[in-house]
Amino acid sequence: MVAGAVDTWTEGRRLPQWLRSTLWFVAILGFLLLMWEGYKFLWTEMGWSWPVRPINRSMPHTWDIVDALFSPARRGGSDILLVILGEAALFTLREAVLGFVIGAIVGFFLAVVFVRSPLAERSLMPYVVASQTVPIIAIAPMVVLWAGRNDWPQWIAVAFISSYLTFFPVTINALRGLQSPPPTASELMRSYAATPNQELRKLLVPAALPYIFTALKISATASVIGAIIGELPAGLPNGLGRVLLRFASSFSSAPEKLFAAVIVSALAGIVFVAAISLAERMIVRARPEVFQAEPESLSVATHRGIA
Amino acid sequence: MSAVDIRGVSKVFGSGPGQVEALKDIDLSIESGQFVSLIGPSGCGKSTLLRLVGDLLPPTGGSLTVAGKTPHEARLSRDYGMVFQQATLLDWRSVRANVELPLEIMGASADERTARAEEMLELVQLGDFGGHYPWQLSGGMQQRVAIARALSFKPSLLLMDEPFGALDEMTREAMQDELLRIWERSKRTVIFVTHSIPEAVFLSQRTVVMSRRPGRITRIVDIDLPYPRDEDTREDRRFYDKVTEVREALREHE
Repeated sequence: MVAGAVDTWTEGRRLPQWLRSTLWFVAILGFLLLMWEGYKFLWTEMGWSWPVRPINRSMPHTWDIVDALFSPARRGGSDILLVILGEAALFTLREAVLGFVIGAIVGFFLAVVFVRSPLAERSLMPYVVASQTVPIIAIAPMVVLWAGRNDWPQWIAVAFISSYLTFFPVTINALRGLQSPPPTASELMRSYAATPNQELRKLLVPAALPYIFTALKISATASVIGAIIGELPAGLPNGLGRVLLRFASSFSSAPEKLFAAVIVSALAGIVFVAAISLAERMIVRARPEVFQAEPESLSVATHRGIA
Repeated sequence: MSAVDIRGVSKVFGSGPGQVEALKDIDLSIESGQFVSLIGPSGCGKSTLLRLVGDLLPPTGGSLTVAGKTPHEARLSRDYGMVFQQATLLDWRSVRANVELPLEIMGASADERTARAEEMLELVQLGDFGGHYPWQLSGGMQQRVAIARALSFKPSLLLMDEPFGALDEMTREAMQDELLRIWERSKRTVIFVTHSIPEAVFLSQRTVVMSRRPGRITRIVDIDLPYPRDEDTREDRRFYDKVTEVREALREHE
């Protein structure tokens, strides 16, 4: 309420929305870099060593990390680290995207089955929950082994490991969304003598879309993590998993490389989530602007709108 | 043939010691084109009765027919237009698309849908709001869209469950005037559930008074005030007399 009033008041001299969010993003990035360098400077000056010693071997300078990104990855090599990390990220993203698509489809399908049959929900849901309490580290080698026996490409095996982390948020959120319309909405569909399929397409799925997109954003990040972890037992040399492992083992001699790899891994996840957000904005149309900015309030608004 | 024929209908929810007898020995016959209100205290089963007629719930005993068909057959032949207390509009659809929804499900052509939606929105005086979205409308306007949607496929029977219950008094009276205007033009059978005595008297030709535990019909009050009814009706002596009659009928069984 208060925020709305202030926005109206400053309407006349506001910068465009995209410019303001970009400026804030840059400002926060600057602040974080300043904190990092400030910590190193102050802790060095004061001789403090807790919790982390401010030496370059554990906390490299920010400019050293950037420098490492644009230097050859190996002594005498021709490719700079950024290119190598970029290629590794693309390789991992390919696994993650395939895993994400498989997981999203399976997750959505399960939610539809559950909303159609409360019996199926009661009897299968415990297994769905249990599947997520099993450590992915334990499952990954098995999947890789099975895929190897069947002569499937290793990266496909990794995609399946990734899908294992992806489907769960989609199932839980899609189910919640499919159940979100009030009983009167279903009674209306019944009074039109709508088929179950029509009810699904015209009422339940559109009502669930905001919930599904929230889940897809969670799943997008999870699928990248799943792909990185899946690459380790698969022994795939081309993805981020192996790169991260290699740089972690040589952390004490070249810490800036691991930090650079972490930054590129994070970027891969961010790009993925940004793509989902873009799709959301195109598909979930005709919402008040204020709701588009806040997915949380979007679901509430949807519920109220239908209720 | 009556539009709705209810004979010895009962409805029990649950079973064993926890069961609730919602309706008992309901007999009611409604002529085609009639406007009938169901009134009673909360829990008297008036909404349940409406849902039995509309085939949203099965009766436990007795028989119901709608224009000679079972409620199930009537629902499948799209005889019911329903309006609830909440407008239940789909907020991702424009007002026009909301009105078109039943026609879309019934497989009407795009041209027919557009034409019907325009016609219905004109009928409820929202001709200029087809492109708006539900959240841009007031509660009264949303409810008018819900009525337009219910009438869009020309059902023979309009089932209304406290449609104006969530509106403020001023809007409520305006909506009552409008509903009567629409009813007189379309001459559909209306079953209207309400807990407002003046609303029941103002709108209907017959007011069915119900009591609770178990829900049954205690009295049917004929409202022989002439149509069209308007603001003068609300101040008419005979209107007050009928309000008093319904109120006393409700009190008798408390």
